Amino acid sequence: MAQAIRMALHYAEENLGISDVFGEDVGPPLGGVFTTTQGLRTAWNSPLDERGIIGVATGLALAGQHPVAEIQFCDYLFNSIDLLKLAGGTHWASNGEWNLPMVVKTPVGSGIRGSIYHSHSFDATITRIPGWKVVIPSTPLDAYGLMISACQEPNPVMYLEPKALLRMRGDELIPGEPADDRTLSRMIDAPLGDRTGWTPRWPPLEPYSVPIGKAKIVREGNRLTVVSYGRTLPLCVKAAGGLRDEGIEAEVIDLRTLYPYDWEMLKASIQKTGRVLFVNEDTEITNFGEHLIRRTTDQLFYHLLAPPRLLAGKFVPGIGLADSLEMASVPQLPDVSAAIRSLATEEA
Amino acid sequence: MKNALEGSRVIRMPQSEAPAALPLDRELLMKMHDLMVKSRALEERMIQMYRQGHGYFWIGGPGEEAFNVPLGLLIKKGQGLDYDYLHFHYRQSATLMAMGEDPIGALRQMKNTATDPYSGGRNFAGHFSIKRWNLVPVSSPIEVQYPMAPGTAIAQKRHGGDGITIVTGGDAGTAEGDFASCLVWSSRPGNELPILIIVANNRWGISTASSSVQGPTNISDRGKAFNIRSKTIDGNDPVVSYQALSEAMAYVRRERKPFLLEALVSRLYGHSSASGANFVSDEIDCIPAYEQWLEDKGVATRGHFNEVRARWNREMADLARRVRDEPPPSADSIWSFVYAEKK
Repeated sequence: MAQAIRMALHYAEENLGISDVFGEDVGPPLGGVFTTTQGLRTAWNSPLDERGIIGVATGLALAGQHPVAEIQFCDYLFNSIDLLKLAGGTHWASNGEWNLPMVVKTPVGSGIRGSIYHSHSFDATITRIPGWKVVIPSTPLDAYGLMISACQEPNPVMYLEPKALLRMRGDELIPGEPADDRTLSRMIDAPLGDRTGWTPRWPPLEPYSVPIGKAKIVREGNRLTVVSYGRTLPLCVKAAGGLRDEGIEAEVIDLRTLYPYDWEMLKASIQKTGRVLFVNEDTEITNFGEHLIRRTTDQLFYHLLAPPRLLAGKFVPGIGLADSLEMASVPQLPDVSAAIRSLATEEA
Repeated sequence: MKNALEGSRVIRMPQSEAPAALPLDRELLMKMHDLMVKSRALEERMIQMYRQGHGYFWIGGPGEEAFNVPLGLLIKKGQGLDYDYLHFHYRQSATLMAMGEDPIGALRQMKNTATDPYSGGRNFAGHFSIKRWNLVPVSSPIEVQYPMAPGTAIAQKRHGGDGITIVTGGDAGTAEGDFASCLVWSSRPGNELPILIIVANNRWGISTASSSVQGPTNISDRGKAFNIRSKTIDGNDPVVSYQALSEAMAYVRRERKPFLLEALVSRLYGHSSASGANFVSDEIDCIPAYEQWLEDKGVATRGHFNEVRARWNREMADLARRVRDEPPPSADSIWSFVYAEKK
């Protein structure tokens, strides 16, 4: 997925007017701590200053540029909430006079044993801030397509990168991507050691895009609907596959865009199944899934066969480093399977 | 003229100067006076509107005219990277008047009418936004403009030409980390930015004296740590302000490097209407001080000053009457402009 993001940014800087890709350790020699910005022509290193990064991205956008700013971990974006609020509100506050074409990308969530300050989620926080569009891929192809769309937006876009999935290999190739992953690696991954003379050889990429606001049914079913995104999405797919032998056919939807989200797809699926489980790993109090439950209850109450459910992270200050702590803090495969089974078999 | 650098002590400009040796063109001196009075009349009209119930809240810049008018006169105004980008705080009405903005816009924003050209009735007085002049939306947080400004300056440095970024704020806001961000980003070695960083130091943060919470002798001293050229001036003197701004801007335009300019100013009606918006008599009022100087220099007479004041008071009253019955924005307009549409 990291290569997919990198290739999308390369396409965007060459073809979509992206002027700056910047943040802490984003430029050479490192190209980002997850290598998502390696080899990019417009990538540069910023001071270690998240408020400066968001402020400068806003200023660049005000000056007619089109920046992509990276916050190294979303855990360090909490000190910039009011700047995010200002960026999201600029078009509205100026009565439509100014708009901000800017993308902020940041790794989110657990899965790399990141301990207390490299494991936070950001979906509950950013969906509280109007004016932003919020996307989160769960496959490399979607990571590519959503970044292409984000870079074509006239509005601020928050691009959340599930860090547990950044090293995943996709089942579907990105248009132009060599079929052999070792070939791709030789082309675009920086060598170890001295990189001063290195330049990437980019494959012939195409503007494949995933529209913002469109979810995707990744597994069809009629017994219940499971809505997820990011790290927990593949868990939901796997859990659903495992429950097939028990006669439970779960429909799994990858939300992909958290705002503005694809209510029409959710609505149609929930009306079909009468049962819905929302799964994410942000903490469960004022969780984004709670909003989706509220809307489900408000609008689809008489279609429901069982109460809508939320499986989310525990409301504790952070994710502890020890394996046992991380497993207990955020949903894992057995938790998802249990939640699906429980909802599917709940008496109507 | 009273000199803010000397606190509230009254000192005079050197009496040995002959009228012929005016420091600036007579026409410019008169123009600055006219704009200072116009701006003051605008602010005082808005305070009156607040008292009459024609606005919920007032905040503005009476007391800063001697600095803000020269600033407005020296800005290279226009749209795009060839012109100055402006990141202002909410005490900048005199700069807008000097740039030639119609004062009725400020009154409409004060009355939060649908016709408010800066925010459509959404924001407080003094929260300007003018895209045709690169004036980015003013927001209420006192510091957030400081980290945004390097963004426009980066674009201008890349673009070339002589357009610069100008950011203004108050002394209280410099306690925020965002001010340090501005200094850091503006002075990266090899990537110094064409940015004029202005601090209008009125020595107050609402009710807190800055001397009780901030240690630096001069805020401009903080520039030294970043190798940023810096200066503290008497912002109550329009001549000093004009000269210092000319010099600082010339440096930034030519060298494409930052300059930190601290102007000592007064806050003549308190922080905002929240603190009563009553006239403060123990701070220097730059307008009578300047008028005294102009009179001493033989540039203008008391009769002229009275005429100017009466004219602008009348003009602002007329404009306020026009605005008074203009409708507020429609309720369903809350949904407008949450997102921009693709062009």
